[in-house]
Amino acid sequence: MSTLEIKDLHVSIDTEQGNIPILNGVTLTINTGETHAIMGPNGSGKSTLASTIAGHPRYKVDSGTITLDGEDVLSMSVDERARAGLFLAMQYPVEVPGVTMTNFLRTAKTALDGEAPSLRHWTKDVKTAMAQLRIDADFAQRNVNEGFSGGEKKRVEILQLELFRPKFAILDETDSGLDVDALKVVSEGVNREHGKGEMGTLLITHYTRILRYIKPDFVHVFVAGRIAEQGGPELADRLEDEGYDRFTAEAAVEA
Amino acid sequence: MADTTQISPDTTSEGERTDLGRAADKARIGAPSDTVDTRAVIDGFTEEGESLPGGDDGVEQLGFKKHSHGNAPVVPEASRGERRRSFDLADFPTLTGLEEDWRFTPLKRLRGLHTDPLTGAAPAVSVTGAGNVTVETVDRSDARLGASATPEDRVAAAAWNAFTEATVITVPRETVADGEVMVAVTGTSPAAAAQHILIHAEAFSKAVVVLDHTGSVTLAQNVEIVVGDGAELTVVSVQEWDDDAVHVSSQQAKVGRDARYKHVVVSLGGDLVRLTPSSIFTATGAEVEMYGLYFADAGQHLEQRLLVDHAVPNCKSRVTYKGALQGQDAHTVWVGDVLIRKAAEGTDTYETNRNLILTDGARSDSVPNLEIETGLIEGAGHASATGRFDDEHLFYLMARGIPEKAARRLVVRGFLTEVIQQIKVPALEERLSESVERELAAGNL
Repeated sequence: MSTLEIKDLHVSIDTEQGNIPILNGVTLTINTGETHAIMGPNGSGKSTLASTIAGHPRYKVDSGTITLDGEDVLSMSVDERARAGLFLAMQYPVEVPGVTMTNFLRTAKTALDGEAPSLRHWTKDVKTAMAQLRIDADFAQRNVNEGFSGGEKKRVEILQLELFRPKFAILDETDSGLDVDALKVVSEGVNREHGKGEMGTLLITHYTRILRYIKPDFVHVFVAGRIAEQGGPELADRLEDEGYDRFTAEAAVEA
Repeated sequence: MADTTQISPDTTSEGERTDLGRAADKARIGAPSDTVDTRAVIDGFTEEGESLPGGDDGVEQLGFKKHSHGNAPVVPEASRGERRRSFDLADFPTLTGLEEDWRFTPLKRLRGLHTDPLTGAAPAVSVTGAGNVTVETVDRSDARLGASATPEDRVAAAAWNAFTEATVITVPRETVADGEVMVAVTGTSPAAAAQHILIHAEAFSKAVVVLDHTGSVTLAQNVEIVVGDGAELTVVSVQEWDDDAVHVSSQQAKVGRDARYKHVVVSLGGDLVRLTPSSIFTATGAEVEMYGLYFADAGQHLEQRLLVDHAVPNCKSRVTYKGALQGQDAHTVWVGDVLIRKAAEGTDTYETNRNLILTDGARSDSVPNLEIETGLIEGAGHASATGRFDDEHLFYLMARGIPEKAARRLVVRGFLTEVIQQIKVPALEERLSESVERELAAGNL
């Protein structure tokens, strides 16, 4: 059992207009086997939290801590975080020129495990996982994400999730831009991996739609860079009915 | 098929539309668009290629930008086929740098190749490998020299007039070379010199010839290549010069009936390397593949200007060049001219150039030109894209556990391997893969 612990996290970015704070004290603890949904309006800092955990250089941590089983995540490089067991399914996966999916997946798996996967099993695992996510077999020979549609890119993110088997998966708006069928396929993939009981999931979403397929244990509402309210799955239902207006209005009053 | 160029609507490209001379008779694509007044826009023709069947689609993808032309104000020749050819140096005016074919080349770094007498000692040539291939060193009066290639620019003409003896490599008729012909060209002097090499694959012969350039030179070189009827010849030109080398090389091939010719360029070393490989079809049924790989480091200028001249019917050509750049003022130039003359019905051609910029401060110029004088062709197209490996690519790969250096190498290796694999000489492929690794290591990547 692992624990990802975020304490009083303050994050800002440097822009041409100067330094802009985005996260204003986020505290959150996720354990293996738990699914936490982070919901919130645009600009509330949800994706910043995801990118900060993964170590994107754009985001500057001003104070606070992130630890994985007590280890200081913030002092780790991006690749070290991945090898420690953190996986970010990106909102906008980039196209990587010159690298085939096959080569990329094997290289990443080797880096993550510290040894090359057994070729026979690996090839089979990749094929099976691709078939389950309904990714065409010929994608394996194409360059990473190159020319993939938005939905295909998201499926490939979940493909990696299933093949790399992280301790914690952070899904950054994986549901955005997916049609219902793709949403189901992607959700099934997350549930398959989560169902093995060895992963904690942080599901970041703008919409409640995906929560019909991936059931959260905890729901956190993000507003203006901090958690405005938290509760169980019932909070998501309430958001579906009421939207974010209640929270954004409160934030405006506070400001 | 109509009597105009075969065109299908381009559904992918959003590039600028390009002039097409006067409607159907003659299409020149890739010419700067301010040079033609009366122009007909034909659907499907853009600077990025015509989306004709059987080729790369030229789609602009994230991280890859389509090519743009350089900024130099130049007046292009009316047709690539009309470029002057002559053995007489006086037929080529002194270079100013404004000429269409020299506009990207930093003349002052040519160390006098375009102005001075080429009286230095030519680099040593040593040929090993196949025992059933004839190797001769001949006087410049040998009648075979210059029989198949005529200089097309001032430096090539200067080289023609300055060399004293030439190396002639002949693969006899119906002979399959019993091994790769390794031609070691080793420079030992920086004095401006000229060199002439003739490679003749006689009818129905088969051979792989590797020109392996190392050492230090200031060299103007003509490599004259004859691919006889039904012959199958691969010529690989490897430039692993020392850092100070300047090398200008014209590598003209005449390709005979039903012949197969493959030309591979690998440019890694040298201060300035400028290659002008050309393939000229002389009879029907032949196929040409031209590959190139170049990797420019800080300050290096690596230029390649190609010509595929479809002058006869039913020939096929494919051009694939790939380049990587890293470091301040690394500069690569790729210009691909494909000419489909009036008589060249049934032509099938596609050329592509891809560049990968790995760091700030590097510059890559890429200019595909396609001239079509007949519409009765199988297909014609080109694509060019230059992408950069940026922080987002790096983040993506590192977020999957791949360390930074490994991530960069993964990208470059993957990008360039396609060309190395075309050489089909395992020992050389291995050596060049290692050379690419060293380039990466040298760039602190």
